[in-house]
Amino acid sequence: MLKTFPKGGIHPAEYKITAGKPIEVLPVPKTAIIPVSQHLGAPSTPVVKKGDTVKAGQLIAKSSAFVSANIHSSVSGKVVKIDNVTDTSGYRKTSVIIEVEGDEWDEKIDTGKTLKKEFGLSGEEIIKKTEEAGIVGLGGATFPSHIKLSVPKGKKAEVLIINGAECEPYLTSDHRLMLEKGDELMVGTKLLMKALGVEKAMIGIENNKPDAVEHLTSLAVNYKGISVHPLKVMYPQGAEKQLIKSLINREVPSGGLPIDVGTVVHNVGTAVAVYEAVQKNKPLVERLVTISGKSLKNPGNFMVRIGTPVSELIEAAGGLPEDTGKVINGGPMMGKALNTIEVPVTKGTSGILVFPENESKREEVQNCIRCARCVSICPMALEPYLLKAASERGMWEIVENDKALDCMECGSCSYICPSRLPLLDYIRLGKSNVSRIIRSRKQ
Amino acid sequence: MSKLITVSPSPHMHGKDNVKKLMYWVILALLPAFLVSVIFFGIGALIVTAVSIVACVGFEYLIQKYLMKVKPTISDGSAAVTGLLLAFNLPTNIPVWIILIGALVAIGVGKMSFGGLGNNPFNPALVGRVFLLISFPVQMTSWPEPVVSRTQYADAVTGPTPLAIIKEGISDGIPVSELMGQIPGYFDLFIGRMHGSMGEIGALALIIGGIILLARKVITWHIPVSILATIFVFTGILWGANPEANADPIFHILTGGVLLGAIFMATDYATSPMTPKGMWIYGIGIGIITVVIRIWGAYPEGVSFAILIMNAFVPILNKYIKPKRFGEEVQNG
Ligand code: SF4
Ligand code: SF4
Repeated sequence: MLKTFPKGGIHPAEYKITAGKPIEVLPVPKTAIIPVSQHLGAPSTPVVKKGDTVKAGQLIAKSSAFVSANIHSSVSGKVVKIDNVTDTSGYRKTSVIIEVEGDEWDEKIDTGKTLKKEFGLSGEEIIKKTEEAGIVGLGGATFPSHIKLSVPKGKKAEVLIINGAECEPYLTSDHRLMLEKGDELMVGTKLLMKALGVEKAMIGIENNKPDAVEHLTSLAVNYKGISVHPLKVMYPQGAEKQLIKSLINREVPSGGLPIDVGTVVHNVGTAVAVYEAVQKNKPLVERLVTISGKSLKNPGNFMVRIGTPVSELIEAAGGLPEDTGKVINGGPMMGKALNTIEVPVTKGTSGILVFPENESKREEVQNCIRCARCVSICPMALEPYLLKAASERGMWEIVENDKALDCMECGSCSYICPSRLPLLDYIRLGKSNVSRIIRSRKQ
Repeated sequence: MSKLITVSPSPHMHGKDNVKKLMYWVILALLPAFLVSVIFFGIGALIVTAVSIVACVGFEYLIQKYLMKVKPTISDGSAAVTGLLLAFNLPTNIPVWIILIGALVAIGVGKMSFGGLGNNPFNPALVGRVFLLISFPVQMTSWPEPVVSRTQYADAVTGPTPLAIIKEGISDGIPVSELMGQIPGYFDLFIGRMHGSMGEIGALALIIGGIILLARKVITWHIPVSILATIFVFTGILWGANPEANADPIFHILTGGVLLGAIFMATDYATSPMTPKGMWIYGIGIGIITVVIRIWGAYPEGVSFAILIMNAFVPILNKYIKPKRFGEEVQNG
């Protein structure tokens, strides 16, 4: 029996069209647009000004608060403007716009491909380098990684979990990374273990990637303390709380963090980024992006410099198909629809999906028939139909007491509802109102 | 960009099942039992089913169009399911005008008066059935003889159901072992060769339908299993205590509307609980009430009443029986 989480879950069609496509390097863009806020937390403060010349890997915006992250230039060239530009979130954000000249890297950075396995650094030094390199969670959450590595007083990490589940349909960038950068991933994992002071790390991979499971299992022999675990294909296997439950059978309490149950979860992409930061001095200036969709001519997995316009990525994949109806930043279950493709790829862009017109519109809704499917599939064991009804009527007390804030917005309820009710839309409305009420209560 | 693209919140993918598909799966799952009825009751089964479905769909259409003034939703198949289930709960010699009244009560009172699909607290087909049982007790309890009545409708030869024979006999003090000789054997009970409502007779066919529903995830196992287990255990205890004054549990499961009720009636979405724990309580309640009515009540059969009574508790169950939330009870080790 494969490991999995016990409550709820769905199995959407996988459409892993690009699983067999090796990583391609996307050419450096002509102009890079680099927002100073690509992470969860406070925007960073620009440290360059118009007219400055920068090298790839050079710091251009500095972390400004406890929860914030450094931003580095992904290209070499000239800062032409610091301006407000719409990014993938749909909001306008301060961005450093760099006109590219050549591809010159900061001298400290080792851009070579040779694997560097040994390290003599202490945990603190690793955390410091992770922080300097501006690394954030690359699974999509973009929470600054160094904070997760600094275990708060009174808590203890026992095991590190590496998330290679990649449970979203279509996305394959983590899959390719595990296949093509397995050793880097392993060394990165060792570095994270050292930073956390744990002896054990578990890599969880959904079993629809047997080649990745096999490859990493064979590598793990050479890395003490790291084990690889195939997981049942069940969405949302890669959600932090579900993954922890699947692998170590502990439940993160409502409102709690993984460290409350003795673990920390990092994405496989993050582990590779930590390897590059610590062993190669390379800050987070590029990431792997899956570009996929049923009508795309050349879908694939591209190594993309941060700040590259999404439109250039789509061009590389064969251009926007005639029948395009929607472009999504991220996976189809939790990703965000873009209103323009003239936005830059950022640290959180795990995929760009191009959906045809006929899959872009929602279907007509009907009454809730009370079939209880939403209740039975909610991985947090909530009652989506009830939260929706209560949010619709403004009954915030019910929304709060019935734990709407535990909802991780996985979208499974909206996915399964036979009446096509937009359950999650209403639950989001309920969550934001409840959060507002809780904040005002505290004041 | 020249072209407009759609922007909507996640998720951007959707499951394939919709209300219509679920309803058509229910109809499909009812087909084996329908075939059994046609085999044993012939023409009567066809007439009752046709009239009931046409009437339920027609009433729903008329009520939505002319009374509620909304777009009729008969194509979702739920009215057809109600019609089929109502037919399953009627004797196959019942006059057409009584079916029409039953259909009007089922759809008009049982479903539409509450706002239509999903809002009704009581199973519409059972509301229709129980209304008819109380209003027309004679017509509702004269059951055509299987096989011989194939070519007959209103003039069919009739007789009592096995349940009625046993109940009457026991109250007259006749030992069960003697009574068993007056009813069909277990094999006949299993395939459906007995007096009874149109769709309740074919145990095997109903079980096949149940397997279809479970396999297609139209229903979950909690409600059928809890009802059947409760009836089995409860009647088993009574039988064990005094086998001459009580029929055995297998007999109770195979006769009357137990299987039809447990698999198709009690699992009606709108009128059953939303959580597995709620479903267990609901199912156990239906099982207990069914047996109480059968053994001590005025009617030989109790499933319909039991389901309607437990339907009334569903809102309370939904309100107080919550799923065990993820991370609620932390027993980490
Ligand atoms: S899945 Fe949809 S129709 Fe079914 S209970 Fe939930 S909200 Fe109602
Ligand atoms: S989106 Fe929220 S309510 Fe819906 S299934 Fe996921 S966790 Fe449950």
